[in-house]
Amino acid sequence: MIEDTGIVIAFWILAIMTVANALMVVAARTLLHAVLFLVLSFIGMAGLFITLSADFVAAVQILVYVGAVAVLMVFAIMLTRENWNNEYALPALALAVLLGTALTFAALDTGWPTPPGALPAVPATAAAIGDALLDPFVLPFEIASVVLVVAMVGAIALVREED
Amino acid sequence: MEIGIEHYLTVGAIIFATGMFLALGKRNAVAVLMGIELMFNAVNLTLLAFSRFSVAPRPIDGQVFALFVIAIAAAEAAVALALVVAIYRHRQTIDINEIRLLKS
Amino acid sequence: MSILGQWYDVRDLSELIAGLSGWLRDTFDAGDGVIYAVSGLLGAAGILAFVGVTAIINIWVERRVIGRMQNRLGPNRVGPFGLLQPVADAIKLIQKEALQPMVADPLVFTLAPIAVFVPAILAWSILPWGENMTLANLNAGILFFSAMGSVAVLAVFMAGWSSNNKFALIGAMRVVAMLLSYEIPMVLAFLGPVMFAGTMSFAGIAHWQAEYHVWLLFLQPLPLLIYFISASAELNRTPADIAEAESEILAGYHTEYSGMKFGLFYAVELVNALLVGAVIASIWAGGWYMFEIDRVVPGWMIFIGKTYAFYFVLMWTRGTLPRLRIDQLMALSWKLMMPLGLFNVVLVAAEVVVWAETDVSAGMLLPIAGLLNAALAAILWIGWMQFLTGKMQRLPVRPALRSDIGVPEIAAPDHVSAVARPV
Repeated sequence: MIEDTGIVIAFWILAIMTVANALMVVAARTLLHAVLFLVLSFIGMAGLFITLSADFVAAVQILVYVGAVAVLMVFAIMLTRENWNNEYALPALALAVLLGTALTFAALDTGWPTPPGALPAVPATAAAIGDALLDPFVLPFEIASVVLVVAMVGAIALVREED
Repeated sequence: MEIGIEHYLTVGAIIFATGMFLALGKRNAVAVLMGIELMFNAVNLTLLAFSRFSVAPRPIDGQVFALFVIAIAAAEAAVALALVVAIYRHRQTIDINEIRLLKS
Repeated sequence: MSILGQWYDVRDLSELIAGLSGWLRDTFDAGDGVIYAVSGLLGAAGILAFVGVTAIINIWVERRVIGRMQNRLGPNRVGPFGLLQPVADAIKLIQKEALQPMVADPLVFTLAPIAVFVPAILAWSILPWGENMTLANLNAGILFFSAMGSVAVLAVFMAGWSSNNKFALIGAMRVVAMLLSYEIPMVLAFLGPVMFAGTMSFAGIAHWQAEYHVWLLFLQPLPLLIYFISASAELNRTPADIAEAESEILAGYHTEYSGMKFGLFYAVELVNALLVGAVIASIWAGGWYMFEIDRVVPGWMIFIGKTYAFYFVLMWTRGTLPRLRIDQLMALSWKLMMPLGLFNVVLVAAEVVVWAETDVSAGMLLPIAGLLNAALAAILWIGWMQFLTGKMQRLPVRPALRSDIGVPEIAAPDHVSAVARPV
C-alpha cells in the first residue's frame, strides 16, 4: 500500500489524465489530434511509472515513445493522407467494454499477495537494471539488439524508392 | 487514502480496453497501430505495478521486462509504419477494409 | 569557512532552505509534505527567476558580442550601449498582434510554443548549482535531460504542421531530421563521464569531479567536442541553422508565428543555449568546483560564471563559422561523430575496468588516461575526417594574376590618357 500523500495525489491526477487522454484518442476530430492525445497519454504513463519508483523506465518511455514512436506516427500520417472515420464499430466497442470490465473485475476481486503496510524501498534502479541486464538477462539483451538492427534494416528496405 | 495494486491494474485494464477498441474498431491503419501502442503501454503499467508490489526476491525483473517491451514495441512500430507507407504507395489507401486481398 | 552551517551563509543556499524548513517545523508543526512542497517551490521560483532574467539579458549579450566579433557594433541606440534593447524587443513582441492563419489548426498552433517551452524549463531543475544545491537530484538525470530534448522534436513538428504552410512544413521536416540524428552522438557523448563517475545524476558527476580534484574536460575532450557540436545543432544555431536561415527557408517552422508566440520560440532558443552552457559546465567543467576556490567564492557564482563562459564559446562559433548544408550536417553526425562516440565508450569502459580491477591509484591513472584520451581524440578526429573526405583541407591559394597566366595586354588607344575623362 502506498500511503505517501504526495504519491497518492500524483497518482490520481496522472491516472485521470492518462485515461482521459486515451479516451480522447478515440474521440478526436482529426488523426493528428489523436496522435497528440496519444502523446499526452504516454507522458501520463511515464508519470505513473515514476509513482511506481521506476524512474529509469519512465525516462526511457518518454525518450522512446514520445521522442521516436510518436514522431514515426506523425511522419506516417503526413505521408498517408487518409480520412479519419469516426464510426463506432459496435462489435469492437462491445468486445472492448466486455474485456475492460472483465479485467477490472479480476483486478479488484483477486486477493493479491502484496506486502501489508508500507512498501519496501527500491534500490537505485539504473544500477540494478544494469546488473540485471548483464547477469541474468544477457541473452534477451543481445537478442533485443539484433531485433532492433533487423527492424531498422527492414524499415529502410520497405520504404526505399525503387531505383 | 491508500493506493494499492488494484488501482494500477484498473488503470491498465481501462487503457488496454481503449487500445483494443482502437485496434479492432478503426479503419485507418495508423489508428490500429495507435491502439496497439496503447495496449503495450497498459501492459507495461501492469508489469511495473506487479514489480513494485511484489514479494519476489528480485523485484527489478519487472522493470527489465518493461524495458524490453518498450524496445520491442519501438522496433515493431518502426516496421509497421514502414509497411503502412509502402502499402499507401501501392494502393493509395490505408483503409484496412480495402486491403484485404493480396491481389489489388 | 567557520560560518558554514548558518542559514545566512550565502555560499550554500541550501542552508537557507534548511533554516526555513526548521522554522516551519517548529513554529507551525508542518508536516514533511508541506516542507517538501515549500522548499521545492522556492527552489523552482529561484531557477525561474534566473532563467527569466538571463533570457532577457542574453538578447543583448548575444547581439552585442556577435556584433563585436563580426567587426560591427551591435545594438547601441536604445539605451546606454544598447542595454535597453531587450526591453524594446519585449515591448515590440508583446504589442504585436499574434496572427493565426485561418487555415491553421488553432489548438495545435497555440500549443506548439508551450510544448517547446515546458521541457526547456524543466531541464533546468537537475543542474547542480552548488554542493547541496540541486533542485531535483534525479538518479537518471542524464536520461531525463535527453528525454526533455526529445520532446522538443514533436513540438517543432507540431508547429510546422499546424501552420498549414509548405515552407513551414519543409523547415520542420529538416529540423526534425537534424534533431533526431544529433540525439545519438549527444547521448553517446554523455556516456563517457557517466562511466567515470558511476552515476547518471548531474550532481553525482559534479561531486565525482570535486572528489578527485579533476575536471572531466581534461579526461574526456572528445566527448566534449562531440557534445558541443551536437548541442549547437540541436539548438539550431549556426553553423547548423539551415532550418531557420532566412535565405534558405524563410523562417522555417516558425514562419507563421508572430507576436508573443514567436517571442516564446525566440526565448526558448536563448534559454536552451544557456542550458547547454550549464550542462557542459556541470559535467565537463566540474559544476561548482574550481580547484578549492569554491571554499571562498560561492559555488553558484562559479557555476554561473562557467555557464556564461561556455555560452560565450557557443556565441563565438555562431559569429565566426559559416552555415553548413543539410547533407553536410547529416554526414557530420552519422559518419563522423557517431563512430567516434562509440569508440570513446569502449575506450572509457576499458579505462574504468583497468582502474577498478588493478590497484593503481587515481593520481596515476587519471593523468595517463587524460593524455591518452586527448591524443586519441586528436588523431581519430583528424584521421577519420581525412579518411571520410579523401584529402586534407587545402591551404588557400593566391589567385593567379593576369601577368602570371600571360593574357595579352589590351592596347590602349593613343589619345586616351591614364586619368579617366568625364563623359
